[in-house]
Amino acid sequence: MSEWETVIGLEVHVELSTATKLFSGSPNHFGGEPNTNIDPVTLGLPGALPVLNRSAVELAIRAGLALGCTVQPSVFARKNYFYPDMPKGFQISQYDRPINVDGSIELPGGTVIGIERAHLEEDTGKSTHVGSGGTRIHDADYSLVDFNRAGVPLLEIVSRPDLRSAEDAKAYVSELRAVLVTVGASDGKMEEGSLRVDCNVSVRRPGAPLGTRCEVKNVNSLRSLGRAIDYEARRQIDLIESGEAVSQETRHWNDDTGRTQTLRSKEEATDYRYFPEPDLVEVDPDPAWIEEIRSSLPSLPRERRHRLVDELGADPLSAAIVVERGLDRLVFDAVAAGGDAARALNHARNNVADGEADRLDAAGFASLTTMEADGALTATQAKTVLAELIAEGGDPAEIAARHGFQAMDTSELDALLDSLIEAHPDDWAKFCAGEQKVMGFFVGQVMKATRGQADGKVVTALLMGRRP
Amino acid sequence: MNGVTVATAYVGPMPERISREDVARIAQLARLTLGDDELDRFTSQLGDILDHARDLAALDLDGVAATAHPFPLRNVMRDDVATPSLDRDEVLAAAPEIESHMFAVPPVLGEPA
Repeated sequence: MSEWETVIGLEVHVELSTATKLFSGSPNHFGGEPNTNIDPVTLGLPGALPVLNRSAVELAIRAGLALGCTVQPSVFARKNYFYPDMPKGFQISQYDRPINVDGSIELPGGTVIGIERAHLEEDTGKSTHVGSGGTRIHDADYSLVDFNRAGVPLLEIVSRPDLRSAEDAKAYVSELRAVLVTVGASDGKMEEGSLRVDCNVSVRRPGAPLGTRCEVKNVNSLRSLGRAIDYEARRQIDLIESGEAVSQETRHWNDDTGRTQTLRSKEEATDYRYFPEPDLVEVDPDPAWIEEIRSSLPSLPRERRHRLVDELGADPLSAAIVVERGLDRLVFDAVAAGGDAARALNHARNNVADGEADRLDAAGFASLTTMEADGALTATQAKTVLAELIAEGGDPAEIAARHGFQAMDTSELDALLDSLIEAHPDDWAKFCAGEQKVMGFFVGQVMKATRGQADGKVVTALLMGRRP
Repeated sequence: MNGVTVATAYVGPMPERISREDVARIAQLARLTLGDDELDRFTSQLGDILDHARDLAALDLDGVAATAHPFPLRNVMRDDVATPSLDRDEVLAAAPEIESHMFAVPPVLGEPA
């Protein structure tokens, strides 16, 4: 629907990779027996007092700096709401003074998405809904609560409403995840709930003010995120086009039915009755500490992509794929060892599986690309040699020799072409008259005669050179 | 808090006087059922508290930095070291209802919003 624009903002909750919870020494550990990682603070027992985890603050700062945020003095606040997943009756979060503000993230395609804030808060317990209708929240007769997750440190990363499509939203989450994993802030495992996404979706005519948004929860995978956004945008467009209005509310994505349904009408911020948490003091990180953290940050995916493009001439898509798969180190090492950049990039993108980079030594990989660039190996042969290099190691030249791969002498190919032209005069005439598709016929014939040993590019060049 | 401007977090305009309806709404958010006499009593008490806040708000505090806490303390943090958990059976024994080592609670939807 080209006359409608979808506007998306995402709230990503990511569990920080600490040993213990945000405000107590209870372990931060996924997958334990229910209610085994609990202590008085987790359970909100009378008299229990929170003490902030330094490591959680450090990871929050790491993530914030990696996202280009300003790290500022921050204050914790109580967010009051009635729900059994927080036994205290409130969640400790950050409200008007979050630790990180005003960042951005660059997607592999070059789009820059603003990040409004990234604040610290504690995770809630996990509810399992039990009822006649199965585990769906709307059919629950009662719920079972496990507090192992309650109090686990979360960073809530709120984007600006800069996203315009489900694809963009998925790319944003992928990139965010890559950044967080790279800096060691989180393991980023969506399947374990380490990274959870709520999406705010609205639609409008291009250029018009923002429409009324709905928040969609229970989106547990990138695929669900894309489906939920597309469904929700369609639903809102249909409502408006039939003369109805979108009402602001929280909706629940159902992955089985592929629909969203009303969960509750959206609370106003005032309903949460935020106020400063009296049991915690201000966090005002020493600038020296912040700089120490900044200087310890590894190279970020965006920087690594730019390096591939700027220094090796990679195209943006290849750069994105190679970095996502963590193969840029291998490519740079191969080039440093004298390898051919274009061929190294191509193999890294297409012919090296995840986890195989460790088994490939840069020198061997480099000489493979050099052999290919020099015409000693065809692209197909190089692929075969590479597979063996990965599987068994060794010297590419020896592997090539063992397979009987050798460069076809151009004079051999010329002789072959002479005989082919003689045998197929009509096809040759068509080719000379400019019929491009006949080219394929001749290349095919050469390949057949050489059992695939000829370099297709060389054959093509020879054919073009002979055309009057 | 997507899209919500939070700069004015705690500093909204002071209402004239808290109403009985306001108190009923706050009670509802906390899932408290208040009788008529309680509503009257709490409306009066909360009104007194807000009057005190109004007195403070009337002071000329230009040039005084906002304070989140009365203590001159900042950056109180602990090391990320695990401490023993409570005994699960002992904890669950205090719950009104349990099932499969979890706290059994009423359904979370279908209650008054």
